[in-house]
Amino acid sequence: MESVVHNHWSPLLGRLWWDAVPTEPIVLVTFVVVAIGGAAVLGALTYFRLWGYLWKEWFTSVDHKKIGIMYMVLGLIMFARGFADAIMMRLQQAMAFGGNEGYLNAHHYDQIFTAHGVIMIFFAAMPFVTGLMNYVVPLQIGARDVSFPFLNNFSFWMTASGAALVMTSLFLGEFGQTGWLAYPPLSNLAYSPWVGVDYWIWSLQVAGVGTLLSGVNLIATIVKMRAPGMTMMRMPVFTWTALCTNILIVAAFPVLTAVLCMLSLDRYLGFNFFTNDFGGNAMMYVNLIWIWGHPEVYILILPLFGVFSEVTATFSGKRLFGYTSMVYATMVITILSYIVWLHHFFTMGSGASVNSFFGITTMVISIPTGAKLFNWLFTMYRGRIRFELPMMWTVAFMLTFTIGGMTGVLLAVPPADFVLHNSLFLIAHFHNVIIGGVVFGTFAGINYWWPKAFGYKLDPFWGKVSFWSWVVGFYLAFMPLYVLGLMGVTRRMRVFDDPSLQIWFVIAAIGAALIAVGIAAMFVQFGVSIMKRDQLRDETGDPWGGRTLEWSTSSPPPAYNFAVTPIVHDIDAWEDMKRCGVQRPTSGFRPIHMPKNTATGVVLAGLSAVLGFAMIWYIWWLAAAAFAGILGYAIAHTFNYKRDYHLPAQTVVETEDARTRQLAAAGA
Amino acid sequence: MSAADHHAHPNPHADGHHDDHEGNHGSLRDYLIGFILSAVLTAIPFWLVMSGAIADKQATALVIVAFAVVQIVVHMIYFLHMNTKSENGWTVMALIFTIIIVGIALSGSLWVMYHLNHNMMPMMSHDMGQVP
Repeated sequence: MESVVHNHWSPLLGRLWWDAVPTEPIVLVTFVVVAIGGAAVLGALTYFRLWGYLWKEWFTSVDHKKIGIMYMVLGLIMFARGFADAIMMRLQQAMAFGGNEGYLNAHHYDQIFTAHGVIMIFFAAMPFVTGLMNYVVPLQIGARDVSFPFLNNFSFWMTASGAALVMTSLFLGEFGQTGWLAYPPLSNLAYSPWVGVDYWIWSLQVAGVGTLLSGVNLIATIVKMRAPGMTMMRMPVFTWTALCTNILIVAAFPVLTAVLCMLSLDRYLGFNFFTNDFGGNAMMYVNLIWIWGHPEVYILILPLFGVFSEVTATFSGKRLFGYTSMVYATMVITILSYIVWLHHFFTMGSGASVNSFFGITTMVISIPTGAKLFNWLFTMYRGRIRFELPMMWTVAFMLTFTIGGMTGVLLAVPPADFVLHNSLFLIAHFHNVIIGGVVFGTFAGINYWWPKAFGYKLDPFWGKVSFWSWVVGFYLAFMPLYVLGLMGVTRRMRVFDDPSLQIWFVIAAIGAALIAVGIAAMFVQFGVSIMKRDQLRDETGDPWGGRTLEWSTSSPPPAYNFAVTPIVHDIDAWEDMKRCGVQRPTSGFRPIHMPKNTATGVVLAGLSAVLGFAMIWYIWWLAAAAFAGILGYAIAHTFNYKRDYHLPAQTVVETEDARTRQLAAAGA
Repeated sequence: MSAADHHAHPNPHADGHHDDHEGNHGSLRDYLIGFILSAVLTAIPFWLVMSGAIADKQATALVIVAFAVVQIVVHMIYFLHMNTKSENGWTVMALIFTIIIVGIALSGSLWVMYHLNHNMMPMMSHDMGQVP
């Protein structure tokens, strides 16, 4: 398998030929299973006549709430795929000792660790973060939608198209074997001649457009569309962290786009930005990609800091301790995240002065982060804490993230990093902060806002099964990696010689199996909750005793969110309204100006995926056609003037009256 | 009428579009000035390279970079209509943030790569000093 040469090319199909279909048994079986499963889903959708419903109510929707939910669904699907990669690696590493080659050959194993990283960061964590922000931010600031609803739909579909390209690589061709950041010279044409790296480039370019535009959209929304009275220093902390995250996105993602462009020029047109010869410099790639890469990890974690802030305040029944310091800590992290990137390559040889500067800035960033942790602790102190699921995830986060933070500061010491660089200690560290922070935060957010999105709570029993499996599983899976890393085991190894290491890998594999139970329990939790939705129903719209404006609406909120724009007088606007006994307006409604659904987002993103696919396989005519199609359709769309309508006042009255009756029945 | 009135009022933006753009959208004159300036600022670097008017190549490169920076400013003023007052100062704030980030990325990269070359490729950096 190692040295198969793919040099077929035809004008019609480019590099696409029969040898693109995988022959490895594992991939074939996966392909068959996915094909059968996919056919079953498509068949069920057709049988229950759901295509029209999905198309009209979801795919073409410009409602930020539906787009937010679609982001979460995309994230969960890709999370499952990324986890499948993870458990395959754990199994391989637990087996491959003492001459045993394991069950994955090198070509397959290298694709798996590459795909795992790419999928988890770009297509699981990013959709989770964007989905939560999309759903919650407009509701928290008292807005009816985001600034640019169509752009929002387009952004989602670009992200989904990128994910589709990654999934295609599983069954057609190969994915990169370069690690998730595709460092040259390995990722140059000379060493990665076939389609793997091209799949990587184009899926990230397509999804990157979506991420960038969604960042622009949310910044504009937060800056321009806050309810009257909501000054910057009265914004909910989640909205603050969302603002900072999107500023980071807008400032950082163009760097990624530029780096990918340069790598593409190297690969497609024979440029020499990062080659070994002709003046190319592979280290420049490493430098540039981490200028994007380090802000990226703060893009992921900041919104979850916001989630934890909301959850802690709500479930402690107290105003958040140190709101102002929380906001400033977020801003400081935003700026500092731009001056630490070199800590990803201390060992590259920039020398003592450069390394000590970046080592110190890296340690400094733990100060605002620590301030946040103390704020959460002081919020809990003397609060009436309710240990519901969101709060449980938050407490697990605080413990786990602190350990991850401490190993991070350890890695920030350049001499220590020379020992630990690229070891499993590093792997354990970043999983510790990403799982302990981003993943636990996402689950806290899902459990917290699910009742808002669907009108009923999630089942607590299965939630707790998932919680304990995840937390115990996490520690079992990653603490052994710290030990192994300290003993000098490097990352991305496929087979091992030293049999004394095996026990640690076996423990890690058991931990991964426990995490699998946690993931399964979460899906069971969703299913059980949907079945038992009538028992879990919440009529009030405010099941947790919330403090911010999203809890003032019905669950799920109407398409227009707020019939009457609320006026804000305090930081926790909804808590303030409840305390002052503000009555919900029940009359005087006016027609509401709404954006119309459009298929343009789906079409443009679909054409972008075709463009990416054609470029990957060198099908030049198709690439040209898709590009022309994108331009033509985008221009044609600008001539569509029928993009809005007015929701009649009568409809608003009916919706709001139904809500009044619902509230009366709930006894609120 | 009580707290209800105090806390809620009909959405002022309920109808129509948000036609409250404070910033100007530029006149034909502005666009022409911008166009001519950017054409001139592009033509001069081309001429510098093609004619070799400045003998020192490094000096030529520096002059071109200077022209590029001026070009950016021209675009921001004449095409993006940026000034200190538009959008309640948010535009300026965004500009300052952008300058800081670009400054960090550029100066940081130069610093990092210079030391890297110095430490890891002493032969090469020595050679480069000899190149005319």
